[in-house]
Order: sequence, then structure tokens, then C-alpha cells
Amino acid sequence: MTGKRNAMEVHDLTVAYDRKPVLWDLDFTIPEGLLVGIVGPNGAGKSTLIKAALGMIPLASGWVKFFDKPVEDVRTEIGYVPQRESVDWDFPTNALDVVMMGLYGKLGWMRRPGKTERERAMTCLEHVGMADYAKRQISQLSGGQQQRVFLARALAQEANIYLMDEPMAGVDAATERAVVNLLSELREQNKTILVVHHDLQTVSDYFDWVVLLNMRQIAVGPTKEVFHDENLRKTYGGRLTIISKIADAVARDAPQGLR
Amino acid sequence: MFGIFDDPNALWVLTGTTLLGVSAGLLGCFAFLRRRSLLGDAIAHAALPGICVAFLITQTRSLGPLLVGALIAGLIGAFVIQVIIKRTKLKEDAALGIVLSVFFAFGIVLLTIIQHSGAGNQSGLDKYLFGQAASLIGSDVRLMAICAALVCVLALLFFKEFKLLCFDSGFAAGIGFRPGLLDGILMTLIVLAVVVGMQAMGVILMSAMLIIPAASARFWTERLGTMIVLAAIFGALSGAGGTFLSTLAFRMPTGPLIVVTSSVFFTVSLLAAPRKGLIAKGYHLIATRGRVQRENVLRSLYEELEETGPGTRTVTIASVAGRRGMNESNLRSTLERLLREGLVIREPDGFRLTEAGLEAAHGVVRNHRLWEMFLMYEGQLGADHVDRDADTIEHFLPRETVGELERFLEIHGLEPRLLPNVHAVDGIDKAEGGTA
Repeated sequence: MTGKRNAMEVHDLTVAYDRKPVLWDLDFTIPEGLLVGIVGPNGAGKSTLIKAALGMIPLASGWVKFFDKPVEDVRTEIGYVPQRESVDWDFPTNALDVVMMGLYGKLGWMRRPGKTERERAMTCLEHVGMADYAKRQISQLSGGQQQRVFLARALAQEANIYLMDEPMAGVDAATERAVVNLLSELREQNKTILVVHHDLQTVSDYFDWVVLLNMRQIAVGPTKEVFHDENLRKTYGGRLTIISKIADAVARDAPQGLR
Repeated sequence: MFGIFDDPNALWVLTGTTLLGVSAGLLGCFAFLRRRSLLGDAIAHAALPGICVAFLITQTRSLGPLLVGALIAGLIGAFVIQVIIKRTKLKEDAALGIVLSVFFAFGIVLLTIIQHSGAGNQSGLDKYLFGQAASLIGSDVRLMAICAALVCVLALLFFKEFKLLCFDSGFAAGIGFRPGLLDGILMTLIVLAVVVGMQAMGVILMSAMLIIPAASARFWTERLGTMIVLAAIFGALSGAGGTFLSTLAFRMPTGPLIVVTSSVFFTVSLLAAPRKGLIAKGYHLIATRGRVQRENVLRSLYEELEETGPGTRTVTIASVAGRRGMNESNLRSTLERLLREGLVIREPDGFRLTEAGLEAAHGVVRNHRLWEMFLMYEGQLGADHVDRDADTIEHFLPRETVGELERFLEIHGLEPRLLPNVHAVDGIDKAEGGTA
């Protein structure tokens, strides 16, 4: 067995919209096979980090590599789940079609998806428990179901690293569980998954590693080591309500841990 | 009167406008879904100065050079719009408005200069404002046909890419299809389609051919492929129909007639399309309202009996109206309906549920209470898929879950106990008739 590869390497990354920098000097490395949460307040640049890494917005400085290669060389190894709100769900198409879009990257320009792609997409839909909804127009799906379709599309990409923008925002409890199960399943296949996440209460349960972000990189590392009070305070600044909520959660958990 | 079919030139014209309808309709779908419908309008207006400049340079009114002029001006217009959106604080609507009006005004100035010059009187350039399909000749139509075919072929070649771009440009970027490039291709095709149609449609109304067939088609289908085929058909029929009308109505410009024809398709789609049409929607709304009221009245009757005991089964209008605050005329019309369905009978002091009525009410109440239980215990049940549109709870939840919900109902003492068979033997222990 060789040592673990680096799934993602961010070096000296700065991103600016107009003249206002939104991400400053990020510098970290994510080893392969981890489930990583990207955590920070609104406007901390979490989505921007993902978009910059994927080359969707220009970098002011620095670079991002996946498996030691620039993003352009490893596109087919990267799966992407945008925010659910970023698309118009009234679009005239069905769930199966959306999942098939995950195969467009491998198909390349101008080639049309055929039977193989349809079957592959169907398998992915089954995987997220949405096979019965394959032919359903996408606006008739619930929020959770739409999110599952997006995840199925990412599965269809058969990537080695996944970047997901808030896959658990605004979904029902059952879908959140399904998402979490799917994420750990992917990790078992040695995939790396980066997830923008909002719910601080569940961070410790879900993620091996965490990237704490607030325009600057506050901390990156194993959740057990870096997800603590002081770092959270640095990340969320004076927003004490959040901190105290976490403190409460930690306090509630502590006696159980001691027992 | 039907001389159009004997006149070879008229046939050319008809062919030309039909092809134009197909290409604009097809491409219009992508423009529509990418929310770029108005871009076509701006581009068409922006093309006018290009036509004039091309005429001034070449001093000919053959279609080829004029198209090149229009194409260049249209592309410049599109480019300026992009620059304004990207580099300034102005939004798309302002950018479109500015480019449209400024380019068009410049075009009108040039047009006036040309018409006042010697050769200008015969230039026929003013036909480009409202379109005069009758001025098309064989060679023009051949050129139009080639361009229209090119637009169609390219749009279909990039079908997958355009679909992805329109639905989720972020994902397109993520997997390496550059949205900027795709938008550029799409915009160039829109410019081409607009410019090709300009002689027949006129710059002012050209954008209608992009928007209206696509918007009409959207009413009929939830599939992009079908939508494109429908839009192409609507476009072709509008083009042909408008041209035909213009040969009947003396010297009417073709553009407006084509738009009028397409508006017929739009109006029919808007009103009569199944599910998305206004008529279907209105009908659905009324039907749903009626169904909800019927269920509410049945529930009220049932609950009233649950409270007062099943003795007489007669319920007064006032007590039912009081339960859900229904207004009395709605309540009366709903009761009339139940009367017709044989679920209630009229009594001197109110209404009375029949056996069938009690059974129906029991079903409705049970369904509602199971729903309540489901919403209360959703987290514990772990039901994966809930189809909230389904009529009865059995349609969207597996049997075991429904069984579990029934247990919850009993725990809360909410199971609907009045059943027709129990009641038939009057006064017997009503708890016996659970919901099993």
C-alpha cells in the first residue's frame, strides 16, 4: 500500500470580487479518503472556495490542485453539487435527464447520451432511492427529492473527489440521513468529499476533518483537534449566540461521554 | 385569391418565412430558457445601422452584403451589452434598453440620410423596419435557407450543451463546459437567426419570432426535446400563415401579420393547454376548492356526531358552520352536493348522514387524522418518500407505516370510532369499531 495521496491542495489562494477580496491566503492540504466539512458564517466565502477551486471564478493569486494536478487535467475526477437554489427547477426536464447531465463531462462535446448513459443514470437514481421518480418533472419534486437528484447526478460523475455546496440545507430529516449515509458510503470507497455545512451541531458527528473559514483560514484539520470553542469564536467572531449554543451542545454531550 | 401558389416568387417567399419560423422557433427555446429572450430584440434593433452602413458602402441592396452588415452590427450590439453588464454596475435590463435604443436611433438617422440621397429612394431599406417578405427573391431565399439550416444544425449539435447551460450553468462550468464560450455560441446563433429573418420580419418585430413560439410551446410539454419541436412547428406555421395573409391583405407588411398569426397559437396555448393553460388551471382550482369543502363538511358532520353521540345523526347547519367557520352559502351548496351524492338526507332541523355518508365521512376523517399523526411523528417513522399530492394516505405510505400511524392514533385516542356497521346496531359499545 502506498501512502495516501493528496486529494486537494490549496496554496496561497486569494479570491477577489471587484477589488474586494473575499478569500485571503488560504493554504491547506486535504488527504484522500476523508469526509471534510467546510464551516463558517454567512459570507465567509465557503461557496466561493468551491467555485474558485473548480476554476469557475478567477483567482487573484495562488493555485488549487487535485491529486497533484491542475483542475483542468482532472475534471472527470471531480464531482460537483451546486446549491439547490442555483437552478430553475421549472426547467422542462425530468429527474433522469438531470442525472444524465452528470455523464456529460465524460461524453464530451456534441456527443449525445444514449442507452448506456440512461441505464447508468437510472442506477444512480436507484442509489438515492429515487428510481420511482425518474420520469417526474423536476418542479414536482420536494426540496429533499431535488437534492437527491443532484446527489445522483454527482454519483453519475464517478468522481474521486466531490465538492458539495450545502447538500443538507433545507431538506427533511429522512433526506439528511440519506445524504449522510451516502457520504460515508463514498468515503468507504476512498473518495474524498468536501461539504459546505451550516449546522454546527452536527459537524462533529458527520465530518472527519473540518475547514473553518471566515474569509481567512481559521483552522484546517481533524475535527477532534480543531473544532473547539476557541477556533469557533475566531470563526464566528462576536456572534455569541451561536457559540453559546455550541457550548450548550458540548456541555450536554460531556456527561454522556464521561459516563 | 390563392394566386400565391401559382407565382414562383411567392412560393420562394413562403419557403423563406417558413424556414425562418423553424430556425427562430428552435433557437428561441434556448434563448427563452436562458432568459435571453429580450436579447434578440436588442440585437435586431442593433442590426439596423449595420444594414445601412453596408448599403452605403456597397450601394447594392442584394441580401448578402446587407446580411453581413447586419451580422456585424448585431454582434457588436451583443458584445456591448455583455461589456456593460460585466464591467459596470448597470443590470441587464438597462444594458438592453440602452443598446436597443441607441443603435436603432443611429440606424434611423442613417436610413433617413440614405432616403434623401439620390439612389436611396429605390433602396427599399425602409422595408427592413416592418419586413416585406414580398421583396424576397429566389437568391435571397436560398441564402436564408442556408443560414436557417445552419442555425438549426448547430443548435441541434449543441443540444446537450445548451440544455446544460440553460438549466445549470454553474454545473456546466464545474464539469468543464465553459459557459462563457457556450453563451457566445448561443448568442452568435441568435444574432444569425435574427439577421436572417430581418427582411421578412423587420427589425422591430423580429424578436417575436424568438419569444412567442417558444413561450407557446412551453405550455404543452415538460420535455425540452418536445418543446423545441413544437416551437419549430409553431414558428413555421406562423411564418407561412402570416405570409399567406399578407398576400390576401393588400400590401400589408409581413412582419406584423406573422406576429399576429403566432399570437393566435400563443393565445390558444395560454388558454387551452392541458394542465398549464389558464382554463385547466381555473378548473383545477375550482375542483380542488369543491373537494376540500366537501371533505370539511363531512369531517364537521362526523366530529359533531363524535361529540354528541350517534343517537340521531342529525346535525344542524349552524353547528356545522360554527366548526370550521365556513360561510353559509358555501356550506349550503356543499350540502346540496352531498345530498345529490346520497351521503346526507334533509331533516326538518338540519341534515343527517346516511349509511354511505357515515362511511365516506369515516374515510375522510381517518385519512386526515393519519396525516396529522404522520406529521407529528415523521422523524420517528423514517418514511423516505412522501408524495404530498396523493389523495389518500395509503397511496404514498407503505402498509407498515400506515399500521404504525394507526397505533399512534389509538395512543392519542383519536381513532374515528363511528362506523356504519357499528351504528346499524344502535347504541352498541362504540369503541369496538376501531380502524382495523
